[in-house]
Amino acid sequence: MTNLLDIENLRVRFPTRQGHFDAVRGISFSLGRERLGIVGESGSGKSMTGRAILKLIRKPGEVTADRMQMGKTDLRTASDRQMRKIRGRHASMIMQDPKFSLNPVMSVGQQITEALTTHERISRLDARKRAIQMLDAVAIRDPERVMGLYPHEVSGGMGQRIMIAMMLIPDPEILIADEPTSALDVSVQLSVLEIMDRLVTDRGMGLIFISHDLNLVSQFCDRILIMYAGRIVEVCQAGKLHEAQHPYTIGLLNSVPDLQHPRPRLDVLKRDPAWSAAPSVSALT
Amino acid sequence: MTHQTLRDWLLTDTPQSRRQASAAAWYAGWLKLKRNTLAMAGLIVLIALILGALCAPLLATQDPFVQDLGARLLAPGTDGHIFGTDSLGRDIWSRLIYGARISLYIVALVAVVAPLLGLIIGTVAGYAGGILDVVLMRFTDIFLAFPRLILALAFVAALGAGIENAVLAISLTAWPPYARIARAETLTIRNSDFIHAIKLQGAGPLRIITRHVWPLCISSLVIRVTLDMAGIILTAAGLGFLGLGAQPPSPEWGAMVSEGRKYILDYWWVATIPGLAIFTISLAFNLLGDGLRDVLDPREAGK
Amino acid sequence: MSAIDLSDLTVWFGHGAERSDAVKSASFSVDTGESFGLVGESGSGKSTVLRAISGLIDSWAGTMQLDGKPLGRRRERSFYKAVQMVFQDPYASLHPRHTVDRVLGEVLKLHGFSDIDARIDKLLDDVGLGKGFRFRYPHQLSGGQRQRVAIARALAPEPRIVLLDEPTSALDVSVQAEILNLLSDLRAERGLTYLMVSHDLGVIGHMCERIAVMQQGRIVELLDVAQMRKLSAEHPYTRHLLDSSVRAVRQA
Repeated sequence: MTNLLDIENLRVRFPTRQGHFDAVRGISFSLGRERLGIVGESGSGKSMTGRAILKLIRKPGEVTADRMQMGKTDLRTASDRQMRKIRGRHASMIMQDPKFSLNPVMSVGQQITEALTTHERISRLDARKRAIQMLDAVAIRDPERVMGLYPHEVSGGMGQRIMIAMMLIPDPEILIADEPTSALDVSVQLSVLEIMDRLVTDRGMGLIFISHDLNLVSQFCDRILIMYAGRIVEVCQAGKLHEAQHPYTIGLLNSVPDLQHPRPRLDVLKRDPAWSAAPSVSALT
Repeated sequence: MTHQTLRDWLLTDTPQSRRQASAAAWYAGWLKLKRNTLAMAGLIVLIALILGALCAPLLATQDPFVQDLGARLLAPGTDGHIFGTDSLGRDIWSRLIYGARISLYIVALVAVVAPLLGLIIGTVAGYAGGILDVVLMRFTDIFLAFPRLILALAFVAALGAGIENAVLAISLTAWPPYARIARAETLTIRNSDFIHAIKLQGAGPLRIITRHVWPLCISSLVIRVTLDMAGIILTAAGLGFLGLGAQPPSPEWGAMVSEGRKYILDYWWVATIPGLAIFTISLAFNLLGDGLRDVLDPREAGK
Repeated sequence: MSAIDLSDLTVWFGHGAERSDAVKSASFSVDTGESFGLVGESGSGKSTVLRAISGLIDSWAGTMQLDGKPLGRRRERSFYKAVQMVFQDPYASLHPRHTVDRVLGEVLKLHGFSDIDARIDKLLDDVGLGKGFRFRYPHQLSGGQRQRVAIARALAPEPRIVLLDEPTSALDVSVQAEILNLLSDLRAERGLTYLMVSHDLGVIGHMCERIAVMQQGRIVELLDVAQMRKLSAEHPYTRHLLDSSVRAVRQA
């Protein structure tokens, strides 16, 4: 089976007053038709990785890699025009907060049909029909009514489901979800994730799920990359998270307070400088 | 202390004393401003102007008030008159240098009075809210509704011509935009958690406004003032031009343009050279203001 | 004796037809020395309760008592000496142009302390930062360090009661663990009473002995931590919350 995405030695670097800051430092991974989780804390470079794939890093930041292959396209040499085609058609991205990703002056229906008509030759009526089907697929009741609503009229959970509908409607092969549920309440979080999970699995897409929440990721992914200071420190199969070896991964797991297994004190991560100095673990398959 | 260690001391992320912390903050701002070449150009022009005004007696080649009717309307460059002479035979270069003192005097006074008035009115209105806000802001609106130059003219006409009254008139017409800006900033700052936090320490409104709201408003006002400087100089020059500002024979630039206008076709330099001086320092203030915006923008401060 | 006693508290925003009630006749009491949790999802009114107690909102009705004495519309300085608050977002709760030294110094001065220098150093040591951080600006601090400064500020007047408004929700989990441990230690050392608001049942379960569950402005259930761990809640909404929270943490 061929991979949807192959990345080798990816680096994202920003110039600063004191020289360079490397947000991502030479990571390699590939994505098949699977659900890949990228986990790390703020500043670990996980979001930068997601953005670098779609070339959404703004100047003066620069992205370099030995290989960035998406299907037949070499992303390193792709022009802005080609990238616009790729975004949406081949790969989509869901951001953290729907409030900032939906256009406040366009109705939900307009935005979803626009996502479709920019990538396909399709009549208005058909586009509308597909949009309603899609809203139905993300478990929105009464999709006809929701089509006419504006972003401020929908709740956070519904907004994020609309985003998922919008991103999945051009039928991309790869979905990058960057903290898709961190802005949502716990009880809504799970249902949104379950919907996303079902759609991705049904369509045989590749999912990159970026999150700070190791436990949550382990439920919705097959393989997990753990990032620390711009590098991959460990690659785990989701089912074997309890076998994790790296002290950082273990520390992350133990620092979460657990309702049913109370401890008098929470474990605190002792950050070892050797972690960031160690070479990145390859996650190529 | 060598240059390198002083730089390190200023660039530290771990300041050890109050003095170092504020010095480092100033130095970071300076580095940011230094990167903007145009702003630096503006700053250099203004520094040159201030030095020129301070050293006017040394730089002037002649007494700016001495008339020499035998040498009237000489072209630039003749007989050691760099910029020529005016209709009464006075050296234009010397008058320009002395005129810089008047322009800077006006600018400095207006730059203190108008923003301060605006800051006080705007922050009080924004922080207090309710009736006080409505009253103060309608009062501001009334001032804003008059064309600025006309209002200034009216004030000068009522108070009598002269530099001090011109300054007063310009300040009285210049404050409303500052009040607006200060109020808008205050409205966003008022509801932030750090203001709530200091309220929970029992701090009163006076302390909150002066210690917590002002420092965040002042940066946008400083930017706005520098950008408005050009306008203030032009208004002062306009008043001078109309004969309501500085009185002859004082070498105010606007008055000089006004005097030269009779000869504009045959002796262009008499009006053009003071005009160019006004243009240059207005431009310098605008460039500096643009640079300061990048350095002082409070939205950038958190990053 | 109860440190905080609320009965029939209603808090609203807006006037007349625009009025919306954020908290609807809530009643509970927090015992002295206890750690009490207030749980709910966004918009449930849990933070509004804290803001009404601290005096940041004055459109409320009902009774609020501090150590058995009713609170009025205006808070005295003595109230703020007894009750302090830590805010949710450490990026918004520190003045961007004030150094740590200035933040703490001002608070100490407001409360009339004289040995300010020594106290600032002591406070910074107590929250695990140390003197080296004294002259830094907020932008020179990480999120966890900022929250430690905010905690130091809240502790400066030596309060007995601390209101905690989602103190760790803006932080990474490993930093959250450090801050929660710090809060537990401080409570043990100083005998503090906590009233903590959070949407995270794991955090509340770790920190609190009793909790109140809020939904759309109402308190739907009061339960203690043992009941919570056994997932034996009466109200369907509480059960739903507990269930989602446990499922989110459960390992695959």
